[in-house]
Amino acid sequence: MQRFPDYYGFWHRLGHYALRYTAYGVLGFLVLPILVIVPLSFNVEPFFSFTRGMLMLDPEAYSLRWYRAIVDNKNWILAIKNSFFIGIFATILATVLGTLAAVGLASPRMPFKRLIMALLLSPMIVPLIIIAAGMFFFYTKFNLAGTYLGLIIAHAALGVPFVIITVTATLSGFDRSLYHAGLSMGASPLRTFRDVVVPLIRPGVISGAMFAFVTSFDEVVLVLFLAGPGQRTIPRQMFSGLREQINPTILAVATLLILVSILFLVSLELLRRRSQRLRGIEE
Amino acid sequence: MGQDQAITGSDPRLTAGEAALARRELRRHKLIALLLVVPLLLFLLFAFVAPIATMLYRGFNNPAVAQLIPGTLQRLVPWDGTGIPDRAVLTRMALDLRRLAKIRRSGKLAEELNRHLPGASSVVKSTARKLRRKSETELEQKGADLLLAANSLWSKPAIWQAVKKAGQVYTDTYYLTAMDLERTFAGDIQTRQSGQIYVKLYTKTLRMALIITLMCLLLGYPLAYFLANAPPKTANMLMIFVLLPFWTSLLVRTTAWIALLQTNGVINSFLTAASIVTDPLEMLYTEFSTVVAMTHILLPFMILPLYSVMKGIDPSYMRAAMSMGARPLSAFVSVYLPNTMPGLSAGALLVFIISVGYYITPALVGGTKGQMISNIIAFHMQQSNNWGLAAALGTLLLVLILTLYWLYDRFVGAANIKLG
Amino acid sequence: MKMTRLVTGVVLGSMLAAGAVAEELTVVSFGGAYGAAQKKHMLDPYTAKTGNKLLFEDYSGGIAEIKAQVEAGNIQWDVVDIEVIDLERACSEGLLEEIPTSILAPGDDGTPAEQDFIPEALANECGVGNIVWTIVYAYNEKTIGATRPTTIGDFFDTAKIPGKRAMRKRPQVNLEWALIADGVAPDKVYEVLATEAGQKRAFAKLDTIKKDIVWFDSWSQVPQLLNDGGAILGQSANGRIFNAIKEDGKPFKMVWDAHIYDLDVWSVVKGTRKMDLAFDFIRFATGTKPLSGMPDVAYGPTRKSSMALVDPKVVPDLPTSHLKEGIKANGIFWADYGESLGEKFNEWLLQ
Repeated sequence: MQRFPDYYGFWHRLGHYALRYTAYGVLGFLVLPILVIVPLSFNVEPFFSFTRGMLMLDPEAYSLRWYRAIVDNKNWILAIKNSFFIGIFATILATVLGTLAAVGLASPRMPFKRLIMALLLSPMIVPLIIIAAGMFFFYTKFNLAGTYLGLIIAHAALGVPFVIITVTATLSGFDRSLYHAGLSMGASPLRTFRDVVVPLIRPGVISGAMFAFVTSFDEVVLVLFLAGPGQRTIPRQMFSGLREQINPTILAVATLLILVSILFLVSLELLRRRSQRLRGIEE
Repeated sequence: MGQDQAITGSDPRLTAGEAALARRELRRHKLIALLLVVPLLLFLLFAFVAPIATMLYRGFNNPAVAQLIPGTLQRLVPWDGTGIPDRAVLTRMALDLRRLAKIRRSGKLAEELNRHLPGASSVVKSTARKLRRKSETELEQKGADLLLAANSLWSKPAIWQAVKKAGQVYTDTYYLTAMDLERTFAGDIQTRQSGQIYVKLYTKTLRMALIITLMCLLLGYPLAYFLANAPPKTANMLMIFVLLPFWTSLLVRTTAWIALLQTNGVINSFLTAASIVTDPLEMLYTEFSTVVAMTHILLPFMILPLYSVMKGIDPSYMRAAMSMGARPLSAFVSVYLPNTMPGLSAGALLVFIISVGYYITPALVGGTKGQMISNIIAFHMQQSNNWGLAAALGTLLLVLILTLYWLYDRFVGAANIKLG
Repeated sequence: MKMTRLVTGVVLGSMLAAGAVAEELTVVSFGGAYGAAQKKHMLDPYTAKTGNKLLFEDYSGGIAEIKAQVEAGNIQWDVVDIEVIDLERACSEGLLEEIPTSILAPGDDGTPAEQDFIPEALANECGVGNIVWTIVYAYNEKTIGATRPTTIGDFFDTAKIPGKRAMRKRPQVNLEWALIADGVAPDKVYEVLATEAGQKRAFAKLDTIKKDIVWFDSWSQVPQLLNDGGAILGQSANGRIFNAIKEDGKPFKMVWDAHIYDLDVWSVVKGTRKMDLAFDFIRFATGTKPLSGMPDVAYGPTRKSSMALVDPKVVPDLPTSHLKEGIKANGIFWADYGESLGEKFNEWLLQ
């Protein structure tokens, strides 16, 4: 039983419980719809709903047939390969360019800082449909539409803001005197950068890279406009599946994607703790 | 800045030589900083800014008709817009239509004219089909008569006005259409006669985005408050429930809502099994489903900034106010709420900005009623191939978003966006 | 330096990956049961025979996507299965390559191609006939209730048959049906639809059931809608319903009144870089043997020599056995009116 201070009246106590159950309700609203997918993906029937057998926990009502369907379908396999291929290269591109720029922006001598920052972050704000429409016209001119390179460039542009944000965040606690100390002790700027700056921003770079990867991995609007049939990705395949034939294979894929996101969530949390330790922030 | 001035200004403690050295050093730092940013700037200029600029340009550049029938347009210049143009124009048009039909480009002309005069497409196409069979010499002699005989529309000024308007290479037509306006032949702007769609759609999009933002606020605020005031261990654990959806693919979340809301879906099966309803409720493919699914998807964007602001508020403020006799509600309104405003405005603006431009979720769960402005842009890009109009609609949306982004940057600071 | 190597790696890697798929031919069709039959009888045997890789992509019909690719100069599709109702328009707008009849194979019995194909199959220079199919509407015996529909009028009669109607989100077929249900004689439909008054009349008829319509984009959605009660009546390609009855044992029934039959053809997107490969595939796919597999999904083959190989039990289910009850889709009408009626239809939808 919760202990309340003396000045808490009846209404206040009621409010306290109301708040608690509202909070639980909202948490349920956030998580339950996602979790509902998991058992449904083992449905033996080709539907999106619980059968009587499933509710009775009859093992006959469950099966792995939709997981087998992923493996047996060439299009899904191609989509999985493409998603990783495009995601990885887009991440590398976004992380390299974004980290350099974030370090530059962190310098107090950087001219037009606010304007440049706003520009670099804008891919996160501009609606995807506008970016997609623009890229469709522009990339076609350079024969980039329908190629891997085109999608990698497009996704890298979307990932850049995340790298900027996370790296800037690690740099904000960075004591610049460390850098100057390195320089004054005769180390070259490059060496100082490598030995002093890089270890400090590494957690930011890695979490930025993860955001960039997830952005690409989850992106479908640009893919719908820019990709050819050879570049279909997992979200693209899900999108057309949901539009055309709703079939539990999508639920099986979704379950696997939920596992992937849990993996990301855990690694990001570990990173955050490491970063805080490095920067000397105590929990 | 203060430091810079101290170095570059004439500090009496520095000799002239030292000051010059310091200035050179400063320039070098500036250059290095700039050099680090330049690759990304160039990259984004090519990959992101230039594409959007191209799109803006397409919104008022439309050379198609001018390229298809240059001869007719040239002869049409002196025509004042009343009555039928003279026979030279008609003959030229007949010849142009024949030529276009032969090279299979009459469809393009039909499409372009149809945008200025609904219904013109079928007239252009069927006329081109008829004239295709005639010889060039025959058309040179009686092209005008054959054209007039092919369809009565050719003897009306409306079609020729449409031809003249469509022939302009630079045009504000698309932008006007995007605002449900049109220009009369005399040049006055009036509301579009043949249907007003887009202003309504923008209003609806803004209304839906507002509802979604309010829903997120309504659900997010109590939860953020609860988490911020819970013991750290509990809060950290419950935070997973917020972060898991945040990290889960948005297609997965949309799929989940389809599974829940469809006619035979989880919610309806439950309701019918529990005899709460007899006929399944129609929830999927409505405005309702769009709002619910988008609230679910965007809720973490509201909770995270609220949470980080609330964690910084000393709980003793509230306790102090209440122990001094303030009623909880008034203590909340006068003490707590103002302190959470930075997080609240950050979250609300972010959710609003994202939902105004949303495409995927309305496309999948919105049916015909839950469509937003992005879906119409996609429609004109992919289905009706009216790229000029898509560009104009996109530009208006972009202006709207940038205004909001500017507000966000002004009040919250774009650099203060927090992740996770 | 590490970074330069990385960037070079990115560029080279993606160029290699792009190059690796350059020689694949992209074949686009309607998916579902029909797509599966094409894969079984046309695509897989072709790959097995020639070793050429095919990418098989689904679309939901119409010319919009082909048009976007051709006009933007961004050709992603090579061979497309298209309805004749759209073929005339696509061809007259210069979106398709001409296919010379000389590329076609003679029948397995030796008949030259020009005589072996039914005349409609080669009527348009941009396409080679693939199947004869039709659009009917169907219902689920489990959900229909006491009164069963028999005519196209019933489809528009919500008092007699209450419930949702699934219709494909485009003006084609829907406007024809609306007029026939409103009393226009089937052979006068296109004449009436060419007039302003006729178009108003068709939309007015559609208005009477507008709130009961579930719109779909892809044919594969209909069996699903009928199955889970999302719709009581569903407009459908006959093969999809046939397949759901035969393969999945669904209690579906087709209504043949005023069905609108048409051909599907193979066509080649204008400006494809793989024209020879595309022609080679079409030559194979329209051969006697591959075409004779189409009745798997109750679609009639377009070659007389293939018809000879068809299982006689399937014949009553083929559209060709129901020609008297139906009308032929008018490709020329839709070539001329597709644009303007499409626009009116979309405005009507948004009202």
